[in-house]
Amino acid sequence: MEFAELIKTPRVDGVVLHRPFMPTVEGTLCLTGHHLILSSRQDNTEELWLLHANIDSIEKRFVGSLGTIIVKCKDLRVIQLDIPGMEECLNIASSIEALSTLDSVSLMYPFFYRPLFEVIEDGWQLFVPEEAFKDLESMTDEWRLSEVNKDFSVCPSYPSLLTVPKDIDDESLCKAASFRHGGRFPVLSYYHKKNGMVMMRAAQPLTGTNGRRCKEDEKLINATLCAGKRGYIIDTRTIAVAQQAKARGGGFEQEANYAQWRRIHKAIERSNVLQEGLIKLVEACNDQSHSMDRWLSKLEASNWQSNVKEILTTACLAAQCIDREGASVLVHGTEGTDSTLQVTSLAQIILDPACRTIRGFEALIEREWLQAGHPFQQRCAQSAYSNGKPRSEAPVFLLFLDCVWQILRQFPCSFQFNENFLIMLFEHAYASQFGTFLGNSVAERLKLLLSQKTVSLWSWVNRPQELERFLNPLYEPNNLVIWPSVAPQSLLLWEVPLQMHEMPKEHMDCEISMC
Amino acid sequence: MEHIRMPKVENVWLVDRSSSRRTQVGTLYLTATHTIFVGKGSEDRNELWVLHSLVCNVVKHKASQSGYPLLIHCKNFQVIQFIFPQESDCHDVYISLSRLSRPEKYEELYCFSFNPNVGKAEREHSWDFLDLKAEYSRMGLPNKLWHVTPINREYRVCDTYPADLFVPKSVTLPVIVGSSKFRSRGRFPTLSYYCKENHATICRSSQPLSGFSARCLEDEQMLQAIMKSNPGSRFMYVVDTRPKLNAMANRAAGKGYENEDNYCNIKFQFIGIENIHVMRNSQQKLIEVSALRSPSMGEFLTGLENSDWLRHIKSIMEAGLFISKAVAEEGVSVLVHCSDGWDRTAQVCSVASVLLDPYYRTLKGLMVLFEKDWVSFGHRFSHRCGHLIGEAKEVSPVIDQFLECIWQLMEQFPCAFEYNEKFLISIHNHIYSCHYGNFICNSQKERKDLILCIIKEKTHSIWPHLWENKLDFMNPLFKPDQSQNQGLLRPSTAPYCFKYWRRLYNRFDRELHPRQSELDSLMTVKEETQQLEEELALYEQKMAVLDKEHAKTLYMQKGVLDSKQALWSLPLDTSLANTPQDYISGFIGGAPNVFTLQQGERESSGVADFSSHSSGEESLPSEESVKDPDSDETAM
Repeated sequence: MEFAELIKTPRVDGVVLHRPFMPTVEGTLCLTGHHLILSSRQDNTEELWLLHANIDSIEKRFVGSLGTIIVKCKDLRVIQLDIPGMEECLNIASSIEALSTLDSVSLMYPFFYRPLFEVIEDGWQLFVPEEAFKDLESMTDEWRLSEVNKDFSVCPSYPSLLTVPKDIDDESLCKAASFRHGGRFPVLSYYHKKNGMVMMRAAQPLTGTNGRRCKEDEKLINATLCAGKRGYIIDTRTIAVAQQAKARGGGFEQEANYAQWRRIHKAIERSNVLQEGLIKLVEACNDQSHSMDRWLSKLEASNWQSNVKEILTTACLAAQCIDREGASVLVHGTEGTDSTLQVTSLAQIILDPACRTIRGFEALIEREWLQAGHPFQQRCAQSAYSNGKPRSEAPVFLLFLDCVWQILRQFPCSFQFNENFLIMLFEHAYASQFGTFLGNSVAERLKLLLSQKTVSLWSWVNRPQELERFLNPLYEPNNLVIWPSVAPQSLLLWEVPLQMHEMPKEHMDCEISMC
Repeated sequence: MEHIRMPKVENVWLVDRSSSRRTQVGTLYLTATHTIFVGKGSEDRNELWVLHSLVCNVVKHKASQSGYPLLIHCKNFQVIQFIFPQESDCHDVYISLSRLSRPEKYEELYCFSFNPNVGKAEREHSWDFLDLKAEYSRMGLPNKLWHVTPINREYRVCDTYPADLFVPKSVTLPVIVGSSKFRSRGRFPTLSYYCKENHATICRSSQPLSGFSARCLEDEQMLQAIMKSNPGSRFMYVVDTRPKLNAMANRAAGKGYENEDNYCNIKFQFIGIENIHVMRNSQQKLIEVSALRSPSMGEFLTGLENSDWLRHIKSIMEAGLFISKAVAEEGVSVLVHCSDGWDRTAQVCSVASVLLDPYYRTLKGLMVLFEKDWVSFGHRFSHRCGHLIGEAKEVSPVIDQFLECIWQLMEQFPCAFEYNEKFLISIHNHIYSCHYGNFICNSQKERKDLILCIIKEKTHSIWPHLWENKLDFMNPLFKPDQSQNQGLLRPSTAPYCFKYWRRLYNRFDRELHPRQSELDSLMTVKEETQQLEEELALYEQKMAVLDKEHAKTLYMQKGVLDSKQALWSLPLDTSLANTPQDYISGFIGGAPNVFTLQQGERESSGVADFSSHSSGEESLPSEESVKDPDSDETAM
């Protein structure tokens, strides 16, 4: 297919661009296969380059022959284009609509993007499981790297290499996989060097209504316990939700069969509920009534802050079990690809100082999100402004970033990166010139040949000239476990991604560079 | 001393409300001025000092297994719980504290016994630290249009106004007298702020006694004169900060608001800030929300909404913004009033001034603003803050709201203020503590009358004290020369721009605050930078000398570099006191009980005290809970 077919009017002059908190710009609007570009063709004025993939929805309005298109982006920006001429406006609008809803991944911009910089360090090769395993091997010899999922047949959403207890053979892994939702059997997520405790993650066990059990699964997770020690299973769902899951073949670990484990249920919402929350939150931010009561009640009704609190609390709990109780932990929800990953990755930020560096955080995203099979493509297909019927969109990753930001606010000197870094990740997860967040699993990414055909986000971010704006000037490595407060009084609304203000506050950075 | 039934009780428990693990046992002392708790057997300064004047109320709770609890709520939002082993002790302390915290006479207030080691001359000098005359001349007054009227020198025209008042030169004394008779409590229109650039002014008064139809020629002339004293404009605004309904109700009592038909060229405007009673109830609800122990997010947000507090803050901010825009953008003068003109009027005039004039965003400027718009213009501090036992209905957090408006502005304009949040919190604390004489009484006249002016004789002024500690109160991000921080600030008044002020309302709940402070880190960096610069200057001087000799130059250059590196590599000491909260109530049997005392807590995370790194005395506000920093100087 040719993009040209979709572009009815490639160029319109005299278009006026309105952006919140910024002066209006008049210039020429151009449509290309992947971008909407507006340029005043003068020096010193910023050009707008907007990826079609970033467009969540558009609205058209006409006053006489002057058309207005309001473009609502997945990164929650809203811009307005005044386009002279009704026909031009209609053409532009329909082109944008078509180009922003292309279904085929291989037509996405990352496959066409050629970097203007030299790739010095290839991000695709930066975080391979073998390397992570080497680190683990230096600390303990109780784990092995299994190739049981080499062809992704045991678990399509897992990577090909998985860290499992040394004493469990591949055959047992296959059996355990058949007992877990989507084949996601328990695997190592984090090893706590301080006391040798571990965090594992999985999907729900398929106990069903008749209480199925699986000896291999039991053996697998028991293999991670020291003699005489108990562990904790953190189920991210409430007991009621977990009970209901039985009717659909899912369920939770029965005490009788997992005697050495104590199960704790938390209440992290399912992804479709989170999506509703985001939509309501954005609505609340855009409410024009200027009424305090409305704002606060809408904010509350969105449950966004409640979700942040619950996710953070669960992560703290997991970290507390490991560090304070000296117990190993298994985390799962239903599929093990959303709330589970929020919890395991946040717990690592709390526990492991390495995750608070830029490299360490990238490695964490790579390990606990990309390789662990968070379905980015599905979750980030649409955002809060979508008119379409929601399929499996959900701001799971945004909520994770929000939680990281909360910890960052409470420990402003313990992170090597700053808020801009989190914002950048949010934006690239939804629309990017890089291939990193395409696809839903390692298997899909391999099939798309992303590492050959696209550039990795990390190849770009890790260049010294880019890194500069992501560095936290107050950073002082802090080797302690950091326990955030999860009280409502302590949690703030993360305003920057919500586009409530003029640009992120970069005052701190200027200040330091001044010194 | 006669009120102290029980000067000392042993084996009292001090309960840490955030975590029962940190409860300590110790000895409780009652002195004439403080309640003091000394923890047992600990080496660090494990003391809690609470000024009686900060105590808001004392409540006995039902006996529990562990003993007889006594709850002390303070005006700075600290809540302290003691548990006594003996009921009689609890009762005695309760009776004593109830009396000690409700002084009947001004002379009982702490400021009259507070006696730091300073000489008479220095103390007297402390009262000259701020000079309102200088402030008016900074504004450009007097000038050819405005002058000081001597009419209120003896407080005869208006006993709640200051002696010196600015009025248009064109108004005669009879006009002022006439106008004052037509205004509640004689508070005639007078100048609060003058804008040098365009001659527009903010004037203030109380409501007119207009009833349904009364009018007063002198009052109309007065407004006309104010309008004319701003040659560039053809009209002026009259802003009634009350809700229209309230103002209309006042008409029945012979009061009310200006009739646009009677006054030439005024534009009349209601703003709708609620009265002191509504504000008092609102803050009470807010305090309840802030004191909730592990609330859900829903409970917290619903509570915040139901308190209406942020709505009130927003309305005050909007009023201030309206006035400051009228002055700065339209060049139009504004007369502001409410009912009596000492609560909402003071709030709105001072918020507008902060928005208009960068001077009030400096340490000295804010002090002056307090002196001018609040202290001298007769904000009833003693009534509103409940300094003495008296009408509970007179108490209202009017001043809290003004401080909060500034805080909200600081959140929106982090580089526009010379002072930081600690400055506001310190002022708040001292307004209620009666530690200094500044905020005693309800008007300038009362202050002067009070037993032959003993305030200035026997008490100290807070401002020099704050000024001496100014390093603690500086905002390291302050950039006065940045264009957006000059001139008028234009805050957004969208509801989401108003936030819950955790540092004030949860000031003593250490666990709720960030464990590392950006402010302190930045201050440290700034201090270090300053040191380095001084050192650099020193070296440059030396170099200049050495240059002349043409010797050892290279060697010295190396010296500069080395010392720079050495200083930069100093650890920032950003490690912290930090333990996990109860993330799931009591799920783990035998929760870690290693943290019985603060000492234990500190060990468990290898903490360095951050405050030791900065030079100031008054460190993190939360540490005041351990010991009132000022009490170092207290003569017991």
